Amino acid sequence: MASASALEGKSLVLPDPLPLDSGQRLENVRLAFETYGEPAADKRNAILIFHALSGDQHVASVHPITGKPGWWDRMVGPGKPIDTSRYYVICANVIGGCMGSTGPASEGPDGKPWAMRFPVITIRDMVRSQIALLDALGIEKLHAVVGGSMGGMLALSFASNFPGRTERVLAIATTARHSAQNIAFHEVGRQAVMADPNWQGGDYYGHGKGPEKGLAVARMAAHITYLSEAGLTDKFGRRLQDREAKSFGFDADFQIESYLRHQGIAFTDRFDANAYLYITRAMDYFDLAEEHGGRLAAAFARSTARFCLVSFDTDWLYPTAESKHVVHALNAVAAPVSFVELSAPYGHDSFLLECRPLDRVIKGFLG
Amino acid sequence: MRPLRADLAVIAANVLPGSSVLDVGCGEGELMEVLQRERQCDARGMEIDAEAVERCVARGLSVVQGDADRDLADYPDDAFDCAILSQTLQTAARPDAMLDQLLRIGRRAFVSFPNFAYWRMRFSLLTKGRMPVTRHLPVSWYETQNIHHVTVLDFLELLRAKGVRVEKSWFFTHEREIGGRRANWRAEHAVFQLSR
Repeated sequence: MASASALEGKSLVLPDPLPLDSGQRLENVRLAFETYGEPAADKRNAILIFHALSGDQHVASVHPITGKPGWWDRMVGPGKPIDTSRYYVICANVIGGCMGSTGPASEGPDGKPWAMRFPVITIRDMVRSQIALLDALGIEKLHAVVGGSMGGMLALSFASNFPGRTERVLAIATTARHSAQNIAFHEVGRQAVMADPNWQGGDYYGHGKGPEKGLAVARMAAHITYLSEAGLTDKFGRRLQDREAKSFGFDADFQIESYLRHQGIAFTDRFDANAYLYITRAMDYFDLAEEHGGRLAAAFARSTARFCLVSFDTDWLYPTAESKHVVHALNAVAAPVSFVELSAPYGHDSFLLECRPLDRVIKGFLG
Repeated sequence: MRPLRADLAVIAANVLPGSSVLDVGCGEGELMEVLQRERQCDARGMEIDAEAVERCVARGLSVVQGDADRDLADYPDDAFDCAILSQTLQTAARPDAMLDQLLRIGRRAFVSFPNFAYWRMRFSLLTKGRMPVTRHLPVSWYETQNIHHVTVLDFLELLRAKGVRVEKSWFFTHEREIGGRRANWRAEHAVFQLSR
């Protein structure tokens, strides 16, 4: 997991305790964030990007641990669809995360890591903390909020709970509620972490090895849900990994096995297992309609923003029907909304990969 | 900017300024753009083709990708002052149901369609004995999207059966407006302004 020395970047401690949906209050909340571009004099050119489950604030800057380019480097930068020569782009690590914002690995009130004593947080709590960040930065109204996957959930929650704070809402490959299937996959991941003896009830910080094996398995299972069957077949098929024939054993004979094992192990270098538990829980708890008496349309009744939703035809994690469900609710309150289902071969992860039509939609919508 | 097609131009000129409008089958948003810019309308669109939607969004228009046969049902009653269906009625699975949806969503509707009883069509069918392929209906019978050919008289009959009021109508041949006299014979296509 991330060592403190690697986490050099902007951060601030929120001046007030953060009220949580659980009823608890979180004191001394630190938010780590990155900014790109320059704020205009009136600060009306700010775009807040929300990252996905395994993402972080390094949208378009080199990741301090992996040394890889930012996760949306192709989308964010000077002259790119989210043009940092025009817009002031902000992205913060969510609370509950492990890249510098307050989470289960942070020091609790007694000076020891929170671990599982960290309060269960929600998507709305994450949004609330970032509103406090905007307040601290002196930004009253954003040009846009933008997010894919979990980031899209934050964008929708932001629009619903703080309707006056943004002019545009761009939610990509996302949903207004986690389905039973979504929760099921997350539960497999959490159980993999918690079944690892090194998890130690979550108190593994400073106590030898952490649950890297469990976290790697969780990541492997989740990774499958981010890709399409056709994409997997195209990329790996039944091809064997560095060998001519099957080994009649349980090594990674197939390329797909080798790939998933690599993805799993690499993930543990940069992600805290407890953070994975907390963030997946927040996603599972997400149901925007439930917050508004079961009517999704009511969630957007006070909104004055323009919306754009994008889905991908091969995304079976948050399929097109989920986006249309949101569009339906927005139509019911006559909110200005655009929606398009783009064709891309890579499944849910399409929003992170090369997809020219997505570039054009984002650029066009942001204006 | 290219001038609007004749049927769209007459619709644009008759939509009340400042009204809320849903353009069903809005294509790349040419009409919506004119309605917003010149008539100060709050224009929304529905379009089935993803690339056309993408271009609309890039133009700053609010357009939802959807299938009018199915997705009009998602809009609440009286959602718009006016619903527009241009050159799309004849492609509907159930044109009568689509007409119901238009006048449920919008208090007023504009509907335009190619008139299959236009005399050149009749002549072509009479003399050649084959389904006409014309400027307005340029695709062969087996691949055309126009699955419900309709004439001006057929449409009037449907309106009568449904009790829909015709507020105005316009008829065109070769992109030029002609009078309404013997329109079922003379008009290449028709535009109707309807209300409940």
